[in-house]
Amino acid sequence: MIKLYYFAGLREVTGKAEEMADLAGQTVGDLYNWITDQYPAVPISSVRIALNEEYALSTDVVQDGDVVAFIPPVSGG
Amino acid sequence: MSVFEIVTEPIVPQTYADYVLRPEAGAVTMFTGHVREWTEGVRTLYLAYEAYVPMAQKKLAEIGREIEEKWIGTKVAIAHRIGELQIGDIAVVIAVSSPHRSDAYEANEYAIERIKEIVPIWKQEIWEDGTQWIGNQRKKPKEIIYD
Repeated sequence: MIKLYYFAGLREVTGKAEEMADLAGQTVGDLYNWITDQYPAVPISSVRIALNEEYALSTDVVQDGDVVAFIPPVSGG
Repeated sequence: MSVFEIVTEPIVPQTYADYVLRPEAGAVTMFTGHVREWTEGVRTLYLAYEAYVPMAQKKLAEIGREIEEKWIGTKVAIAHRIGELQIGDIAVVIAVSSPHRSDAYEANEYAIERIKEIVPIWKQEIWEDGTQWIGNQRKKPKEIIYD
C-alpha cells in the first residue's frame, strides 16, 4: 500500500488530507492518471508529485510503503 | 536549534541573526516577511499557512546549501511559521552572513525567490467575504462549505 497526502486546495477538492491506495508498481506518471480518474476536479496540470519527500520524475516507480504527496502550486513567504 | 525550520510559535528574528554571525562575517542581512493587511485594495483579516513539514524543512536546507555553494563564505538560517498568523506577524525570516555586504544581500533575495518556487508551503488568505488558497481559484462566500 502507498500513503497519499493531499495539501491545501487539493485537500478541499478530494475531501481528505490523506489516504492509502494499492498503487505499488505504478509510475509517478500513472499516478497522474489515477488521481484524475478518482477526483476529476483536481487541476492536474498545476500539481507536482513528491515521492518520499522529494520531487519525483514521471518515470519513477512507487513501491510498497512509499509516501506520495500531491503538491499544488506553493505560496510560501 | 535547527537552522532550517518550520515553526508554529512567533518568530524572533534575532535568534537567526545570532546563529549566522561569526568572526569571518562583516555583514548580516535579515529579511522578515510579514502578514499584509491590504493587497491591491483588498483587506486581509488573517492568513493561514500550511506546510508538508518534513519535505519543507529538507527544501529549506537545500536552499541553504545552494547559497553556500553560490556565494562562498556565506552562512544561512531560515524559518517559516505555519498556522494562523495575524496582520503584522512574521511569516518568514531569512538571515545570511558573509564577509562583505553584497553577497549577503544577493543571497538573501535568492533565498526568498527559491522558497516561493520549491518549498511545499501554502498560504490561505482569509478575507471578509471569502477565502482562497493562493495559487487556486478564489472562492466566493456562497461556495464555502462551513463545517
